[in-house]
Amino acid sequence: MRKVIMGNHAVSYGVRACDVKVLSAYPITPQTQVVELLSEMCASGEIDAKFIKVESEHSAMTACVGASAAGVRAFTATSAQGLLLMHEVLHWAVGARLPIVLANINRAVGPPWSIWTDQNDSLSQRDVGWLQIYCESNQETQDTIVQAFKIAETVKLPVMLVLDAFFLSHTFEIVDILEAKDVRKFLPPYVAETKIDVDDPHSFGNLGSPSEYFELRYMIQKAMEEARDVVKDVDIEFKEHFGRGYGVVHPYRCDGADVILVTSGTVASTTRAVIDEMRDEGIKIGSLKIRLFRPFPVEEVYEVLSKAKKVAVIDRNISFGHHGIFFQEIKSALYGRTDVPIFGYITGLGGRDVTPKVIREIADRAVSDEKQERDINWIGVKV
Amino acid sequence: MIEIRTHGRGGQGAVIASEILADAFFREDKFVQAFPAFGVERRGAPVMSFTRISDSEIRERCQIYEPDHLIVLDPILIETVNVTSGLKEGGWIIINTNRSMEESELTRKFKVAAIDANTIAIKYGLGSRATPIVNTAILGAFAGATKLVSLDAVLTAIGEFVPAKKENNRKATEEAYNSVITIE
Repeated sequence: MRKVIMGNHAVSYGVRACDVKVLSAYPITPQTQVVELLSEMCASGEIDAKFIKVESEHSAMTACVGASAAGVRAFTATSAQGLLLMHEVLHWAVGARLPIVLANINRAVGPPWSIWTDQNDSLSQRDVGWLQIYCESNQETQDTIVQAFKIAETVKLPVMLVLDAFFLSHTFEIVDILEAKDVRKFLPPYVAETKIDVDDPHSFGNLGSPSEYFELRYMIQKAMEEARDVVKDVDIEFKEHFGRGYGVVHPYRCDGADVILVTSGTVASTTRAVIDEMRDEGIKIGSLKIRLFRPFPVEEVYEVLSKAKKVAVIDRNISFGHHGIFFQEIKSALYGRTDVPIFGYITGLGGRDVTPKVIREIADRAVSDEKQERDINWIGVKV
Repeated sequence: MIEIRTHGRGGQGAVIASEILADAFFREDKFVQAFPAFGVERRGAPVMSFTRISDSEIRERCQIYEPDHLIVLDPILIETVNVTSGLKEGGWIIINTNRSMEESELTRKFKVAAIDANTIAIKYGLGSRATPIVNTAILGAFAGATKLVSLDAVLTAIGEFVPAKKENNRKATEEAYNSVITIE
């Protein structure tokens, strides 16, 4: 059924179709409607899940850890300070190899208090061992939730789905809503290999001595590396079932492009309109959306960007004292393999609007200026 | 693509108006997008929301700065906020007012449609006398004046989006559709 719904409800509808048994969350703007609708679905019996009310995000993630360890699907959603409060338990979910799915609505971190979007909340969790997938439309958001459970359960690692506050979370658009009966053929009921079971007692989360811990970390990295292919395969399989696929990266008009803009989230969508406008003017430009951020799709990125003469990375985030975070990732992915110049642009922090005009300014600078500061260019900052 | 910006005050239903409008166009097989200008909503404070309508996929995901048409839920906003900022010449301004717009300066550059949505909303018990909820009435005026979307589609969308008093909301929409005064 096609319906006009908000981005947050696209998350809820995705979860509704996945036979999730435990939901736990603490309300925070701009995530609120995700769990609002899910709690209504729980109350009405539309989904057969337990909604655990908690006093903090730390407890919400802990409830998900417990539920997942007991062998059922668990989901939570949060934003900004809420995600940061979960930080300790995010590590736990990885170390315990629990396939939890979390939706993080990108919200700038305070102070000063902000409810508007930027990516510093999710990107500050880069190294915890969660997969991260950035979405740009409500349809992709709903579909990615379903993919996320399948990916998580295949590689035994948690998955974080990321969407922009308001520009996606509160934007209404048409979504083809998935039904549980159809999703079941793609995502069968979850059967955990190991779980807490009173009839078959084991020790969970015990001490790992130096003779064991190292190997367990190695296995997490191997699972992450395996996840690169799993994310791709699951997307292909999803497309076979539902006719929609998204890839781990999305190149747009990159054939013969001299300049390629690297984007993520809703900016990726707006950028494609700018690319068309510039192509119409005869400028050889394309864009590459990074959908999968962890594990980083190094080969796919190299394959597209190595053919360009210049790469311009748009970051709605900043690693203070260094650069934009996607910029660092792109540099690291291409290091030693190509000498294509890479320029970094910071814009849109704290929800500052990234309009076609802003993207055009970045694109024009990337096209024309050979000598600009490569690593960090601030777009629209008033100082 | 058609871009519409809605101006109102917290509590008048501006945000839901933009969503109903998007849903109405969706029912006529258009691609649609609607979202609010994200503030920390307060009753009475100026708010904005946006609607995009297109025959093809909508890729722009940012606020609307050069709208084709405007919907104004509170006429006082014209004096306090630069509501016509960026409005394209010849575009429609659908305005909730009980005054005649014949002499208004707005009519020089824009097409103006006036509707006394407050009176209609109060008549059908929508909101309170002090703060009537005028969003469904003004959408009737939008459909009646612009003819960009059918009354039926708007009424269906109201059924989908309005949580209470659906029938009275529909009546308000129909009355506004039939009584809107246009100055072209």
